[in-house]
Amino acid sequence: MWSLLTDNWQTFLIGFWNTVCCSILALIFSLIIGSGFAILETNPNKFWRTIAKIYIEIFRNIPLLVIAMIFYLVIPQFWFKMNGFTAGTIGLTLYTSAFIAETVRSGIESVGDGQMEGARSNGMTYWQAMRYVILPQAFKIVIPPLGNQFVNLIKNSSVLAFVAGFDLMYQGDVIASSTFQTIPTYIIVGLFYLILTLPLSYYMQHLENK
Amino acid sequence: MRKIWKKIILVSMLLIAAVSLSACESYGNELQNKNAVYKKVNASKTIIWGVRNDTRLFGLMDIKENKLVGFDIDLAKAITKQMFGKDGKAVLFQTSSKTKIPVLKNGNVDALMATVTVTPERAKVVDFSTPYFNAGQSLLVPKNSKIKNVKDLNKPGIVVVAVKGTTAVANIRKFAPKARVLEYDDYGQAFTALKAGQGQAMSTDNGILAGIASENKGFHVVGGTFTHEPYAVAVNKGEDKLAKQIDKALKELEENGTYDRLMHKWFDGIPGFSIKEAER
Repeated sequence: MWSLLTDNWQTFLIGFWNTVCCSILALIFSLIIGSGFAILETNPNKFWRTIAKIYIEIFRNIPLLVIAMIFYLVIPQFWFKMNGFTAGTIGLTLYTSAFIAETVRSGIESVGDGQMEGARSNGMTYWQAMRYVILPQAFKIVIPPLGNQFVNLIKNSSVLAFVAGFDLMYQGDVIASSTFQTIPTYIIVGLFYLILTLPLSYYMQHLENK
Repeated sequence: MRKIWKKIILVSMLLIAAVSLSACESYGNELQNKNAVYKKVNASKTIIWGVRNDTRLFGLMDIKENKLVGFDIDLAKAITKQMFGKDGKAVLFQTSSKTKIPVLKNGNVDALMATVTVTPERAKVVDFSTPYFNAGQSLLVPKNSKIKNVKDLNKPGIVVVAVKGTTAVANIRKFAPKARVLEYDDYGQAFTALKAGQGQAMSTDNGILAGIASENKGFHVVGGTFTHEPYAVAVNKGEDKLAKQIDKALKELEENGTYDRLMHKWFDGIPGFSIKEAER
């Protein structure tokens, strides 16, 4: 196993790097998009609520692989070209954002109605109340489930392997099929994923305790 | 402080589990009885064949009839019957390029008849019969493409699609080092990616490409063959008796005309493909 790692060191590292890049990009954008839709979903205006609901239900209920394949195969055929990494990252972002939206929504709803009413009666606008009163409390409540979503996101980034996105899983496949050392290769791949997810889980636990 | 120790112990336990798992694999291979599969196959008169399900002409899942069809499938059945007479039973196990060697190594299948090219690297982990088909790597491109042969690929910016675990990947790197290779799990996915414009050419063995081109009018095979890829039946390392038994059956099938009949059944009239070149 050690020689497998030293012989294919660079290939694993490229894969690891791509997985990290994809995860960070998807994490930032899905957090932004997801929070946006969560706010829309709790909006008093029914029009915005419906829009948010449609978006969330679509991306939450289609398998990630299907979303990634649509971006990789269908969109380049009719609109514009994009490579596997881009298609996979976009797919992952949209998919995760739907889950994050639901998570953040539950956080917003768990903050008592009195908070909003109190803020509004103190002269804040709806958006000010959201920004300064509701969201800070909501995010604190949803840290544990949000951490779960982030860990899932990193693991789901392996979808890049199916759209030739050169991530860790893709490189693992390539190494396994050229060296025939299947079990050690996938164990190394698993350990690389642990390097990413374990610290994140511990950091989330740390935030929770704070 | 105690918490940190807990974490360290947890991580090291994971590591130990991982290392011992991988040790298991190599140890298992050494312990394996020589010719165990040979004995099992002859006792049960059943061979579990690893075959393709994504390769037209060789091994393809016919969705309408829900059954595997192709040259490899017919030949696997014929060899089984030749070895054990009427009682012989061929069980078909579907594999992909990526999984074919692993399923043979872990004992899920007894033998592979799955467009496996004989290579020196593979010969280190499996045993081969004599080749039953002579393929050669070629290129599939859209009909309006400027690419005419493998030399046209050797430019920066050219993207070639191929399938994980095939010899095609290494060959493209050798013949066209400037081209980028994207690898997919099966021929269907690779061809869909080519159709979607993710690459300019698809490369694998001529027989497989001819099968795809015969179903997709906008694409054709160009450039002839630039490598020699003999297909053989693969059995696990140490199963030399089984390999010899398969060789014998193959030879008998050639003598009684079955092999020739199957060749013509599948490859007659396929454009850009010569049976003479492919026959063993």
